[in-house]
Amino acid sequence: MNNMYTFDTSTLWAALPEIFLLSAIVVVLLLDLFLTKPFKQATYYLTQISLFITGVMAFNLIDQPQTIIFSGSFILDNMASVFKVFMIGSTMVAMVYTRHYLIQHALFRGEYFVLVLLSVLGMMVMVSGYSLLTLYLGLEILSLSLYTLIAIARERAGAVEAALKYFVLGAIASGLLLYGMSMIYGISGSINITDIANFAANADLASRETLILNFGLVFLVIGIAFKLGAVPFHMWVPDVYQGAPTSVTLFLSTVPKVAAVAMLVRILVDGLGAMHAYWADLFMVLAVLSIALGSVVALMQTNIKRLLAYSTISHVGFIMLGFVTGVISGYGAAVFYVFVYILMSLAAFGIVILLNKKGFEADQISDFKGLSKHSPWFALMMLVVMLSMAGVPPFIGFYAKFFILQQVISAGFVTLAVVAVVFAVISAYYYLQIIKSMYFEESDKDITIVAPMDMQLVLSINAVLILVVGIFPDFWIKLSLSLF
Amino acid sequence: MLENYLPIVVFIMLGLGFGAGPMLIGYLLGPSKPDEEKNSQFECGFPAFDDSRMYFNVRYYLVAILFILFDLEVAFVFPWAVVQSQLGWFGFIAISIFLFLLVVGFIFEWKHGALEWE
Amino acid sequence: MEQIYLTIALAPLVGAIFAGFFGSLLGRMATTVITIAGVLISTVLSFYVFNHHVLEGGEVFNQNLYTWMQIGELNVSVGFLIDNLTAIMLVVVSFVSLMVHIYTIGYMHDDAGYTKFFSYISLFTFSMFMLVMSNNFMQLFFGWEAVGLVSYLLIGFWHHKESAVEANLKAFLVNRVGDFGFLLGIALVLMYFGSLDYVEVFASLGNVTGVTMLDGTSVITVICILLFIGAMGKSAQVPLHVWLPGSMEGPTPISALIHAATMVTAGIFMVSRMSPMFELSETALIVVMVVGAITALFMGLLGIVQNDIKKVVAYSTLSQLGYMTVALGVSAYSVAIFHLMTHAFFKALLFLAAGSVIVALHHKQDIREMGGLRKKMPITYWTSLVGTLALIGFPGFAGFYSKDMIIEAVHFSQLPFSDWVYVAVVIGVFITAFYSLRMFFLVFHGESRMDEHTASHVKESSISITLPLVALAIPSALIGYLTIDPMLFNGWLDNAITVAANHTSMASLEANFHGANGMIPHALQTLPFWMMVGGIASAWVLTLYRSQWADWIQKKFHRSNYVLESLYGFDRFNDIVFVGGIKKLGNFLWKVSDSGLIDKILVNGSARFVGFIASMVRPIQTGYVYHYAFFMIVSLLIILTWVLFAGDNPLLEL
Repeated sequence: MNNMYTFDTSTLWAALPEIFLLSAIVVVLLLDLFLTKPFKQATYYLTQISLFITGVMAFNLIDQPQTIIFSGSFILDNMASVFKVFMIGSTMVAMVYTRHYLIQHALFRGEYFVLVLLSVLGMMVMVSGYSLLTLYLGLEILSLSLYTLIAIARERAGAVEAALKYFVLGAIASGLLLYGMSMIYGISGSINITDIANFAANADLASRETLILNFGLVFLVIGIAFKLGAVPFHMWVPDVYQGAPTSVTLFLSTVPKVAAVAMLVRILVDGLGAMHAYWADLFMVLAVLSIALGSVVALMQTNIKRLLAYSTISHVGFIMLGFVTGVISGYGAAVFYVFVYILMSLAAFGIVILLNKKGFEADQISDFKGLSKHSPWFALMMLVVMLSMAGVPPFIGFYAKFFILQQVISAGFVTLAVVAVVFAVISAYYYLQIIKSMYFEESDKDITIVAPMDMQLVLSINAVLILVVGIFPDFWIKLSLSLF
Repeated sequence: MLENYLPIVVFIMLGLGFGAGPMLIGYLLGPSKPDEEKNSQFECGFPAFDDSRMYFNVRYYLVAILFILFDLEVAFVFPWAVVQSQLGWFGFIAISIFLFLLVVGFIFEWKHGALEWE
Repeated sequence: MEQIYLTIALAPLVGAIFAGFFGSLLGRMATTVITIAGVLISTVLSFYVFNHHVLEGGEVFNQNLYTWMQIGELNVSVGFLIDNLTAIMLVVVSFVSLMVHIYTIGYMHDDAGYTKFFSYISLFTFSMFMLVMSNNFMQLFFGWEAVGLVSYLLIGFWHHKESAVEANLKAFLVNRVGDFGFLLGIALVLMYFGSLDYVEVFASLGNVTGVTMLDGTSVITVICILLFIGAMGKSAQVPLHVWLPGSMEGPTPISALIHAATMVTAGIFMVSRMSPMFELSETALIVVMVVGAITALFMGLLGIVQNDIKKVVAYSTLSQLGYMTVALGVSAYSVAIFHLMTHAFFKALLFLAAGSVIVALHHKQDIREMGGLRKKMPITYWTSLVGTLALIGFPGFAGFYSKDMIIEAVHFSQLPFSDWVYVAVVIGVFITAFYSLRMFFLVFHGESRMDEHTASHVKESSISITLPLVALAIPSALIGYLTIDPMLFNGWLDNAITVAANHTSMASLEANFHGANGMIPHALQTLPFWMMVGGIASAWVLTLYRSQWADWIQKKFHRSNYVLESLYGFDRFNDIVFVGGIKKLGNFLWKVSDSGLIDKILVNGSARFVGFIASMVRPIQTGYVYHYAFFMIVSLLIILTWVLFAGDNPLLEL
């Protein structure tokens, strides 16, 4: 504790990507203020460049030995670096799609990009957070940016409503999370993950004194479950996904899930790994509920954003199943699923955005009618995404589900796997429904694709990757397994 | 372990008692015979012409938020100032970064016109 | 070397991709050049590999190149196992494929699907390479299915012809039966050996030898028989042979490449590759031998009554595949591979020659309407003669050495039933000679039976057709003489094939071997030779000398003739029992179980049920934020209560 006031600047390199990104945010924010209207596009390019440089920095930190700095509250390890690179890459892709949407719907403002950068910063802090406080700090940077992002379309009643709902419920969840953290701190006397892990490993978990640890755990799990959107803390998901501008939904449904999983790993695996038996039970219930509700309720949806929201809920259930297993390969399977889910979700929302044009928000399933006639290529891409989400081989979604189920079965939860498969089959119905309307129904609207070439190109690569990685999944599986 | 909290419970009880007790006593013991005259405005008072929960201009709200923001900043700087001599250059740089970011925010709101009344 | 192996496999794939996706862009010329260049590269490198491994005795190469998936213990990789067996297969496949590529230029000249065809045969070549180079069961299965797929596509290449579509569907379905067994076999291998890698599996054979399943059947036997069922499908052994004659609906070059020289021999190759496993199961070997003998004899008989030029060759292929299978059964794996190789050359030659005739006659295939083509098509005639002599085993030609060795190996075999099999294969020689020469005489000799119009147009085929004929005629004549000694007795295949000590066929063969030269005079004293001469003579008598006798025999023995012409009723049996039965079963299932049970109750019912649940759950999603918050808090309370009261909570003990 005596080095509290002296600060070793030589360890700052470990947080270099974050430091750079923060500086970049300041620059982008100020520059955008002084740009005149014709040059507003520059903000977008600056954002992409900043993200790219940050990504390269994070990439260079891969394979560094584990380093913990800032008095044990910030960690740099492979998981952090790989997650950061992945989040930044996904954000860049999302930004390519977003620009088209923003231009079409006259939402192109500099603040949008600043907020996205800020939320990325928040997520990076979450991923690297190694004390409860850092994690919470990152979570709040992320959440506040997201609330504002949703409300950026302030002329739309739906968007404002969504933002407010997300804000109120998010505040409650944050409160629960903080409450849980305070309990953990109260019993263990530290907010550092390392100390908490030591405490939990040595505590007599069955004794009355540590019951508070158990309660704290429940609150933490709930806070994380809210962020992930797991049942029964999922209520915000469909409303927010539907209400938010599609470009925000795209961002919201993809990258923050990585951060949430990272927080999960930090708190529950790294910190309270000794209590796995306690939180695995909770996870099992939440996972099954999520898979079931996500698969079943989605059947009744006509709005594609809402449908994808429920599909997200069921995917989250699968991710949580991976953590139920309690073995490293199970965690690896879950992380692999996260990667896969984000790849698919980016492409799915990307195609939804692709169909947008001035004054037309393509968010109904019926908007996809007859897409195969007007744009066979993107109909094919959507087909790939949907089949992958449904878990059809050889697409990547199959391996993700397969890997999870295999781990679940080898951990001995055969019933769980059977339930998951049953609901996965049910969920195939609504994915196929979209395919049906694309290929077998006549269009009643005029579908023209006005998206710029860069978006079409990135989207195509994105979707083709789903197939290619599906055929050669080994690299990603190995990568996911190597993170633990 | 919960026993440790007993003083706090006692404290809360006492606090409640001191606050509510006298009012309760006054209500129970004092005579209460209200009539028209007694309930009317007295002397220099005048009848209310509007609801007391009046609408403020939204600008007050904005200014209030900005005020709180910088108020908190000061609240944050105070403890720093107290221990500044012990913190040395590290403390100075840290608070500088903090203030710099606040200045950036300030420039942003200024440029956006949040500080202009009209 | 690794790069070389990869190039061999990938060069045709590159050609196939270019031809398949950009064929219409690139045009015919470029497509032809690219695909042929791809196969040419593979061929040259295959010869290099052959030289390196077989002639110079290079080290066996066994390595995983790419891990496709590693899940738990299961490692699924792409890897190459290159030993002498593979090297020989590579040379055969690439050489025949190259010849067929060149031949196709002339044969498909007027076809609209020219580039597509090139793409398919290149893709086939790639698949076949993957199959023979594989070092594990998974990749073997991939190659197995990929060649099956291309075969299916090519049989139905002229998909506007209904018979072609029927034939490819038949090939597809029959092969599924075989694949089912094959896949079960692989699954058992994985289950009992815990690995799919050849070397690992063979190394742990000892651990599984005594293991039994299904009330005392040896696991090895079950695996071998299941794998052999796969081979029966692919290599068209009775009763899974029915697809091969039908496959003649495809263009002739692929009949030569896929349905004579390479793909159909995949089963033979596979069993040879698995020789360490098959050697452990006497039962499996007997099954293999008997199935092979039945195919060799009875399919040959069918060749006699066929009048379609390609069908005759097709039935002779079936019969020859039977010979190879017999060789496998008597543990003479190297002889089987030897026959596989010679057969690949001379049968490809015969098919291509038949194709040459077909082109010249404007796609007429009935040999009764041919005759006297000797003068008009000299190159085709002479090369066909070489091919026919090789097929019937005329002393000195390639087929003579390989077939004679098979017959001798059966003769020396100690397996039960091998005497009967010996009789079958010797009679087979007579039959082979008979139908081969019958076809040969009917096509090339005697009076012309063509109509005026066709006859006036007949001329020798173009260079791209005759060149492969000549190129294949040379090995058809010589390859047996050149390679019999090193291949069978001097250890070319020793590093790939295992023969158990108690299976003495090979040893006896070696003891009685007189050298390639000595075999020819020795043959004159043996029964098979005179059977062959008898076959030639009877063919001559019945086609050229007294052709009316053939009709008389046909009338006199109309019952046997009927049996043969109806192909022993396999097709009708399949039609009635499988097609008809399955149709009836399907109808029943459709009416009762599908539309009644599944549609009404399960599908619609479950859909309605799920919909009902969904509509029940949906109202929770009211849209009011305080409902949501309330829901969250209630959930929290429920969870807390659960945590508090679940299990042995210390608080409750007080």
